[in-house]
Amino acid sequence: MPSLSTVRRSAPTAPPSPRATEPVPPTGADHPATPPAPHTVTPSVDRPVLAVVPRRNPWTWVGVAGVGLLVAMFVNGLATNPGWDWPTFGRYFATETVIRALGTTIQLTVLGTVAGFALGLVLAAMRLSSNAFLRTVAWAYIWAFRSIPLIVQLLFWFNIAYLYQTISVGVPFGPSFASVETNDLLGALGAAVLGLALHQAAYAAEIIRGGILSVDEGQREAASALGIPRRRQLTRIVLPQAMRSILPNAANEVISLFKGTSIVSVLAIPELFYQVQVIYGRNSRVVPLLLVATVWYIILTTLLSVGQYYVERHFARGSARSLPPTPLQRLRARWAGFATQASQATRRPEQAVR
Amino acid sequence: MTAVVDLRGVTKSFGGHRVLDDVDLELAEGTVTVILGPSGSGKSTLLRTINHLEKIDRGQVRVNGTLIGYRQVGERLHELPERDILRQRSRIGFVFQQFNLFPHLTVLENVVEAPVSAQRRRRSEVEVEARALLARVGLGDKAAAYPRQLSGGQQQRVAIARALALHPDVILFDEPTSALDPELVGEVLAVIKELARDGATLVVVTHEVGFAREVADTVVFLDGGRIVEQGPPEQVIDHPAHARTRAFLDRVL
Repeated sequence: MPSLSTVRRSAPTAPPSPRATEPVPPTGADHPATPPAPHTVTPSVDRPVLAVVPRRNPWTWVGVAGVGLLVAMFVNGLATNPGWDWPTFGRYFATETVIRALGTTIQLTVLGTVAGFALGLVLAAMRLSSNAFLRTVAWAYIWAFRSIPLIVQLLFWFNIAYLYQTISVGVPFGPSFASVETNDLLGALGAAVLGLALHQAAYAAEIIRGGILSVDEGQREAASALGIPRRRQLTRIVLPQAMRSILPNAANEVISLFKGTSIVSVLAIPELFYQVQVIYGRNSRVVPLLLVATVWYIILTTLLSVGQYYVERHFARGSARSLPPTPLQRLRARWAGFATQASQATRRPEQAVR
Repeated sequence: MTAVVDLRGVTKSFGGHRVLDDVDLELAEGTVTVILGPSGSGKSTLLRTINHLEKIDRGQVRVNGTLIGYRQVGERLHELPERDILRQRSRIGFVFQQFNLFPHLTVLENVVEAPVSAQRRRRSEVEVEARALLARVGLGDKAAAYPRQLSGGQQQRVAIARALALHPDVILFDEPTSALDPELVGEVLAVIKELARDGATLVVVTHEVGFAREVADTVVFLDGGRIVEQGPPEQVIDHPAHARTRAFLDRVL
């Protein structure tokens, strides 16, 4: 107990100890000459409680000043540079065309995510199957769709619809593809959703497989020893635990799919990015209109991130002894803390001694 | 007395290594059997063959007369579909060394899950029974807690309640106290002793020789995948006939 002996050393009068009468062994530099301390420390007026001062780090403040300067310059540029053209941004930000395009973007994201992860779950189950053929097919699918760039794949689906039409196979989006304008729109959208979903499925499969593998083997074994039916083992025992490692990656995928829908503009689908291009093609105000798209992408990604936080929290049940408070709860607790501090301000010195 | 567990010529190899070599074992209803043996002797593997967590290469395992994991067709045994094996397992309790509670479910949900999903019993009815079982293992106030909020000893007692909820014909314990801090071993052994007093059929793989002497009706000493000797504890533990048993007991006592 080094801390104990340090305290002892500063005490001029040690209480008599039973061992004090024993011969004191020769002491080295690090051994105090005072008799060994008994296990109880009696509080003494002679040993004042010393206040602790945290270490100061002046270089941190230099860093803060430097980065703060850069941030200030950037914000200043945003506000004062006429090139941003904020009035134009304000005029277009919430126009009906832009909002409708935003709706298309969200629609593509939702359909791509739902279909992609549904197929991904099947592929993950196939890759974990005991059957070598199913494993190989799933592996080959993932290999192929991860190898093909999304933009190439989208154009491929756009054109294969045309191909299917020539061989007279009824494809939902095939016949409408080559006909009138409104149907044309529907066909392109179908191709886009299909392309996004198939692309997404390859990544989702690997994320889900990784999540399932991260669950301790003992969990499956226990469920199996209890006789829990196989599908129930997956949905009730394994997947809820796998969700903890699936979710952060899945959220990444959803967000990148959301922004990835801008690639669909090559199919002339009026999603957000395409629509913004159309507008600045007419009025050549490129920067403010790119800013319109940017701000919408940021807003929706923020919403997704907030959603991710709460969904992750839900699946963290039982993973820690108690869940950390949400930012909102923390804020409320801090306010409550301020209030108590304010009311106790007069009793402050007394507290410091304790 | 009828044999609840009946093993005949059970043989099992991992790669080229024979972990179980022609094991015969018959356990009567209401008895407590403790399996002792050095590590690597095949104790856990033997236990795991009883509920088909481990497939066997030769021989047969019967629980209450039913062939476990296989169906006999002439001279051959065909492995059953997984669904049938799962149904058989729901009559055989198993308690793991590492507890293996489901961490995302509350203590009550852990106990209720299998009777509802495997035995298709009514949830409301099972919940009442589960609460009674939790009270019986001394955890009546922990129904709403999550496993990680409990000590190791408490978790293992929940695992025992979870096994009991299935009304098993036999409960298998795979080193139930080996993952526990020494001061928590007693509370788990106390629960197992109480089950023994109530007449449950138990098979316990353990290193607790004192427990074996106190509770076991039969002690089985396993070494190198074979049963070296078996009998009442006064015989196997206090007067072992075999040199290998003596050597093992000298090391652990």
